[in-house]
Amino acid sequence: MIEAQGLSKRYGDKTAVDNLSFTVRPGMVTGFLGPNGAGKSTTIRMILGLDAPTAGRVTVNGRRYAAHAAPLREVGALLEAKAVHKGRTAREHLMALAATTGISRRRVDEVIAITGLTEVASKRSGTFSLGMGQRLGIAAALLGDPATLILDEPVNGLDPEGIHWIRNLLKGLAADGRTVFVSSHLMSEMALTAEQVIIVGRGRLIADVSICELTAQSRRSVLVRSPQAGQLASVVAGPGVRITSAQTGVLEIEGTDTDTVGRLAAEHGVVLYELTALSASLEEAFMELTKDDVEYQAIATAGLAGSGRSTR
Amino acid sequence: MTTITTTATRPADRPIRLTQARVAYSEWIKLRSLRSTWWTLSIFAITTIGLGVLLSSLAAAHISKGHHLTAGQLVTLSLYGAYIAPLTIGVLGALTATGEYMTGMIRASLTAVPTRLPVLWAKLAMFALVGLIVSEITVFLTFGIGMTILGHVGAGVSISQPGVLRTVAGTGLYLMLTGLFGLAIGAVVRNTAVAISALAGIMLVLPVLTNLLPATWAEHFARYLPSNAGQAILAVQHTSGSLAPWTGLALFACYIAVIVAGAAVLLKRRDA
Repeated sequence: MIEAQGLSKRYGDKTAVDNLSFTVRPGMVTGFLGPNGAGKSTTIRMILGLDAPTAGRVTVNGRRYAAHAAPLREVGALLEAKAVHKGRTAREHLMALAATTGISRRRVDEVIAITGLTEVASKRSGTFSLGMGQRLGIAAALLGDPATLILDEPVNGLDPEGIHWIRNLLKGLAADGRTVFVSSHLMSEMALTAEQVIIVGRGRLIADVSICELTAQSRRSVLVRSPQAGQLASVVAGPGVRITSAQTGVLEIEGTDTDTVGRLAAEHGVVLYELTALSASLEEAFMELTKDDVEYQAIATAGLAGSGRSTR
Repeated sequence: MTTITTTATRPADRPIRLTQARVAYSEWIKLRSLRSTWWTLSIFAITTIGLGVLLSSLAAAHISKGHHLTAGQLVTLSLYGAYIAPLTIGVLGALTATGEYMTGMIRASLTAVPTRLPVLWAKLAMFALVGLIVSEITVFLTFGIGMTILGHVGAGVSISQPGVLRTVAGTGLYLMLTGLFGLAIGAVVRNTAVAISALAGIMLVLPVLTNLLPATWAEHFARYLPSNAGQAILAVQHTSGSLAPWTGLALFACYIAVIVAGAAVLLKRRDA
């Protein structure tokens, strides 16, 4: 469980994280989404105590991260920037980290095996590819068999096989009842692994919703093909309904659903050739949410951020 | 996925907990697992012994021509390599601290030890231990070889002569402290190039620059410089221009303590 309250970080007059509050719950993968530069890495560094918040606080399992007696046992973290001395072998790197908390050599070998690094464990990490480096970072995160995992952009640099592996690993860790917090700038990636997503833009919370809710709340529209398109348009028109027509006889109607359109068409004797529900992909929903300042403020005040929390 | 939890279901051999002793062991693993450690320590031992052999041989040749050198001069000559130690063991000390920042390893280290200060204490303790062992072995070897060479012309100085054991053992201590001086500077500036420049500047250039000062000033200030204070221990006989051997070494240690205190404050306050 990770709880952030009013978390802020300013560098001079630049605000990297702005009054961010959220809760990451155990038992599922929570995505931390936002475009590059949205403050995701800074937030993660504040959770781990690497950066001190300018305001607010963040706890892991009820305490500040640094206040835990065995930090590696509480949280395993993969940081975005490589945090490895290139001159050390993978095993020595892990041994040095494990030693701080009395984690056994056997566990070091275990995480090496889990991450598929057995063959290269005795090679200096400076020779590693980006993907291997990423695996070494994940091995370090798993060392303490932690209750909470925080991974910053874990799929970066992984090949398709590696990406598949990390998805299953994350799901498995969450299924064990752990808290799994994964940052990404790719909605499509999160759609495949996360149940809940916390979306940030320019350091502010845009949304804290489940993937299901996000899908439901994303822009939906209805595609209608009718010889009486003009008549239908006047029938369905109303507040909140937006109608566009890309070609004669075809309407795209936003702000309503297929049931309503079908019923109205029948009531007014309008012939329909086609009636299709169109839903924007999550990727589009995410783009829409993070498009610009004005838009995300509008959506946030419309209650999207609030509804995410109230439905749980 | 079962492999991930094997440790959790197994009773722990010892409690999984962060302790200062464990952090010190972690720092030992870090120190020993870098090739640069062994390279630099080898270069340190070779230059110290090599310079001792060279200068002892030159002194022996000098003596065989009928010149006279005091026992104190001979001991100092044989241990002369200590003067260039900032460039070897001092640099290793600096690298021990800056290497973490230059590679990003510091983020992993501080994630493992979020209380931060134990990392600094552990680094200092491990470096002091390793540095002292290597330095003492090196200086005693250097002294032994130097005196063997000088023994051929009948000028060997015995370790039992007044002040000699103190000089030799003290030189080892000074060398270890030089390493800690480098480490402390590295921990403050967090950048290898800056740390080495600062180290060489303070230890090698500053004492030379004091020669440019008016003689009366130089006399007053020069002895209190970190280098000159620390090197007071290298003289068998105490001269008027320098501090007493142990006073000088203590002052050198104080300089280090002040820089370490600064490093501790910065480590606690700065974002990693």
